[in-house]
Amino acid sequence: MSQVLNALFAPGFFASGPVRAAVVVGAVVALVTGAVGVFTVIRSQAFAGHALGEVGSAGGSLAFLSGTNPLWGYMGIAVIAAGLMEVLGVHRPRARDVATGLVLGAGLGFAAVFLYLDTTSSSTTGVTVTILFGSLFAISQPMLPSIVVLSAITLVVIASCYRMLLLSSLSPELAAVRGVPVRAVALAYLVIMAVAVSLAAETIGTILATALLVGPPATALRLTKRPGGAMVVAGLVGVAAVWIGIVLAYDSFYWPPVDHGWPVSFFVVATVLVLYLGAGAVAALRRAGHDRRVGPLPAMGESGCEPHVAADAA
Amino acid sequence: MFSGFMVNTWIAATMVAVIAGVVGFFVVVRGSAFAAHAIPHGSFGGAAGAVLIGANTILGLGIFAVGGALGIGWLSRRGRHDVATALALVLMLGLGALFLSFSVEYAAAVYSLLFGEVLGVPADDLLPMAGLGLACILAIAFLYRPLLLTSITPEVAEARGVRPGRIETGFLLVVALAATMTVPVVGVLLMFSLMIGPAATARSFTSSPLWAIALSVAIALAIVWFGIAIAYITNYPVGFFVGTLGAVAYGCGRGWSAWRRTRTVALAA
Amino acid sequence: MTDPRPAATVDDAILSVDGVSVRLAGREVLHDVRFRVRPGEFTGLIGPNGAGKTTLFRVILGLQAASAGSVLVGGRPLNRRNPIIGYVPQKVFFDPDMPLRARDVVGLGLDGHRLGIPLRWGGRREAVDRMLEAVDARHFADARVGNLSGGEQQRVLIAHALISRPRLLLLDEPLANLDIRAEGEVVALLARIAREQRIAVLISAHDVNPLLPVMDRLVYVAAGRTASGTTAEVIRAEVLSALYGQHVDVLRVHGRILVVSGAEGASGVTLEETGSAGPRPDAVALG
Repeated sequence: MSQVLNALFAPGFFASGPVRAAVVVGAVVALVTGAVGVFTVIRSQAFAGHALGEVGSAGGSLAFLSGTNPLWGYMGIAVIAAGLMEVLGVHRPRARDVATGLVLGAGLGFAAVFLYLDTTSSSTTGVTVTILFGSLFAISQPMLPSIVVLSAITLVVIASCYRMLLLSSLSPELAAVRGVPVRAVALAYLVIMAVAVSLAAETIGTILATALLVGPPATALRLTKRPGGAMVVAGLVGVAAVWIGIVLAYDSFYWPPVDHGWPVSFFVVATVLVLYLGAGAVAALRRAGHDRRVGPLPAMGESGCEPHVAADAA
Repeated sequence: MFSGFMVNTWIAATMVAVIAGVVGFFVVVRGSAFAAHAIPHGSFGGAAGAVLIGANTILGLGIFAVGGALGIGWLSRRGRHDVATALALVLMLGLGALFLSFSVEYAAAVYSLLFGEVLGVPADDLLPMAGLGLACILAIAFLYRPLLLTSITPEVAEARGVRPGRIETGFLLVVALAATMTVPVVGVLLMFSLMIGPAATARSFTSSPLWAIALSVAIALAIVWFGIAIAYITNYPVGFFVGTLGAVAYGCGRGWSAWRRTRTVALAA
Repeated sequence: MTDPRPAATVDDAILSVDGVSVRLAGREVLHDVRFRVRPGEFTGLIGPNGAGKTTLFRVILGLQAASAGSVLVGGRPLNRRNPIIGYVPQKVFFDPDMPLRARDVVGLGLDGHRLGIPLRWGGRREAVDRMLEAVDARHFADARVGNLSGGEQQRVLIAHALISRPRLLLLDEPLANLDIRAEGEVVALLARIAREQRIAVLISAHDVNPLLPVMDRLVYVAAGRTASGTTAEVIRAEVLSALYGQHVDVLRVHGRILVVSGAEGASGVTLEETGSAGPRPDAVALG
């Protein structure tokens, strides 16, 4: 048994401080982005989510420059960007994506300037890479409490406006008729996404922030049609992907090129993709089995349209 | 500013603007903003891979860009379009991170590849750029009508034998081509805002598609020329000016439309 | 329900649907659909929402495979690219930001499926202008299509479908989002064009009334099955009750038709009321 464990987990895995931090933070972030991401997928706002992560990097680099905690810089800029997107965008998907693209373009322009000032003022050349790709093993311990607290707050907020969010995501007209402030909800959701993505991007990098915001939720939606269940499944899938990625990344220190290690981002992304495609295969098999079993229906019109999530298209 | 090596930059920038204006028109009309961002962004991973094995970076860019376009098309057929784009993007970037981790010297080059480098266009690159650019324009001209038809009524297009899925993949490949070509000047990340800003602005001023393309190119040229000039003087990255000017232009366009609307309302009243 | 007139032979029907059944996601959505449309005939495809009208259109257009039966268009079996069918789909949304004018959309109807840029050959602009004139859209030809009203957009789409000179025009719920006046205009327009250009029209709707003045025949779809014939033959309580599988009443008031679910336990009743208002039936209208 210990031989299997040794093969899976390279020596020193469980004793390593950075690994422990990575495991905890990675899990927390995965749970939050998974839950938030379910709505991102339902509302087709993956671009906005990704854009907020990248724009946030401008804030992160600004904070770096001025010496303040990057997390707040990240979140501040991301929230501002969320507000801008909502103001500029209309609720047609195409116009929304154009607005997102413009905010992203402008934001990245600022990020370019800040990084430029940064590399010329202090000679940190790896900053660009770190900010864009992040490093899970380099999480500073003092940040841990703030991350956990912010994550908890985000989850509480989502839970409290869950019904309004669900209704306005599935049918804005119906929601408006029922008295839901659709625009306010849309703005609130962008802000929630901004916070979640900032948390993720600051700790595990923008690539993984996007990957965990979209991949596990899409995977979950292929497996279950119920949004609430999907949020839980998405979180679990995300945690699984992060942990598998951490294990493989740690193990890879012993793979060629020796003592170098492959980046965590790569493993997590690969795992997320594999899980997504796997869920697709499972869903396809389910559909095939269902088609075979069900015969012609008795003479009555087509069933009414329940507001279920279009899961098979996720 | 106009001497020696800068001439190359001006020529390259002009070509970039023309391509971005033309391709960008369809990016905006079809709502493919995410793909237009993801393909150049992800292609950067290919450049990192190319550096690793000592190949031409542009080739690496191109391979990943094309791969990204095909990947998005493939995944789109099995799921939502924006999910497909996001997953293709993170996969390419993940691979990029992997390649980057193997070659330590690449970090500094990352910046210029991402955000653009005014002085970085060698004369040797101009001819291939022109070739790729021409290929882009021809491809767009070739797909012009089905692109428009599938943008407004995909069902009718289908009924007439056009396959919207194929047209979309073909279009993404053109975006990949455009991305590969424009990276040396404006950088990977900001190329896409050149595709979006001018085209989104042009729509506010005209309803004719051909005039909108022409205007889109004109605005792109203005932005790029202005951006390069200022970047040369201040030494700040080109991408900053392209990104912000694009947003400003869009704002002007929206303001103009709004003003026009209030005027017609006032006239009708 | 069989058609008492001598059956249209395959040769003289522009559209011939024979025993078509369609399965979607394991469910049989349409079962044994049969009807014929003659050249120049104005046919209504009437049925409640979700009855399968759009599915049937997709089968006729060759976009959806039928699990049984056959469709002949112009005497020939289905082809992916059928030039003799013009199609106006349901719910086309034109983005107000889209830089396309009405004339551009109509022009795309002529050659939008061909590769390349529209060359300005002399006849093209005239053809577009003539088509716009025919649907009375000349005065907004250069307006942005996304800014037009629902009725105006509908006319543009009709011109788009007609410009390629089809012999059969399919319209999927074109009246659904129009106000009463626009509804009447579109119906009158379609009837005029059908007459003048000898084009067969197959138009789907959930309310038969706007089409009553111009329809030659109708095909009623409910619960996946159809009945075809003239209005008088098809819109009868017995026929519709058999289709729906439950009691259905048909009320005619001043030449208008109302199809309502029948009272519990009663057999279907066809009621003609031409006098002043009597007691109003307490019932739920279907579709």
